[in-house]
Amino acid sequence: MCQSEWRRARVEAQRLADLARLRRVRDRIDREYALPLNVEALARDVNMSAGHLSRQFRAAYGESPYSYLMTRRIERATALLRRGDLSVTEVCFAVGCASLGTFTTRFTELVGMPPGAFRRQAAATAAAEPAGAAGPASQREAGAAITVDTVEGMPACVAKQVTRPVRNREAPAAGQPLA
Amino acid sequence: MDITIHTTSLPHDDPDASLAFYRDVLGFEVRSDVGQGRMRWITVGPAGQPDTSILLAPPAADPGITEDERRTITEMMAKGTYGWILLATPDLDATFEKVQAGDTEVVQEPTEQPYGIRDCALRDPAGNLIRIQELR
Repeated sequence: MCQSEWRRARVEAQRLADLARLRRVRDRIDREYALPLNVEALARDVNMSAGHLSRQFRAAYGESPYSYLMTRRIERATALLRRGDLSVTEVCFAVGCASLGTFTTRFTELVGMPPGAFRRQAAATAAAEPAGAAGPASQREAGAAITVDTVEGMPACVAKQVTRPVRNREAPAAGQPLA
Repeated sequence: MDITIHTTSLPHDDPDASLAFYRDVLGFEVRSDVGQGRMRWITVGPAGQPDTSILLAPPAADPGITEDERRTITEMMAKGTYGWILLATPDLDATFEKVQAGDTEVVQEPTEQPYGIRDCALRDPAGNLIRIQELR
């Protein structure tokens, strides 16, 4: 192997090792989102500075680690709020958010309504429909940004992935009525 | 029609590491192992189920794959966004206890999901996502 090929191979191996490190950070967010994680601690554990981790993570996954963490928390929060037995504050802390204000703001951005309204709507739907009999129309009314009528028949873990709220795909603002 | 799902394939980037994971961590049997170096094709599967196999294969071995495509595939594998598979077991907790020992990368501990299943998730050494769902 000539020297330039060898150098290229080394650069590529380093790039793959760096990406695998980012994967471990992302997996850790998935696994430990309910703990009081912060970007500094995540970065320290993979021997990076917080700024470097944030830039590299965004380049690889299209969003910052903080944004990914919050999205993950809001996703879990929608599931817990649907259950109906926890208050918004309880859910906020259960998913690892320390600030109710930040939680509410991010929830509203991603889901299209505040967590309290989401919880009331989920309760109303549950009361109106016997379990398992909800039709597509009523689900659309209650579904906010996360509809379930399109994922029927998918393996559950795929449904989870496609219904996951995604940063950069925030819920659209309420449509303006035509004049 | 009488068609069964016989073999599905997942990529490896270090054949020995992947072989050890499927054999020693998941407890699969090794059914065949051909090729050498990085070009190895290893067939594994659960004992007692000879009709279903996973082929651990080198990524981008097809000569029609361009250099850019090969780079994209290996980067996606490293990022953890390329291969995945869904396995199932009747006793998720016991399985998780066994597989999480050692240095297996855990992505999700056994969790009750809002859509009615309970599952956990791991990474294999090549970055493939291994989801294990509880049969009930």
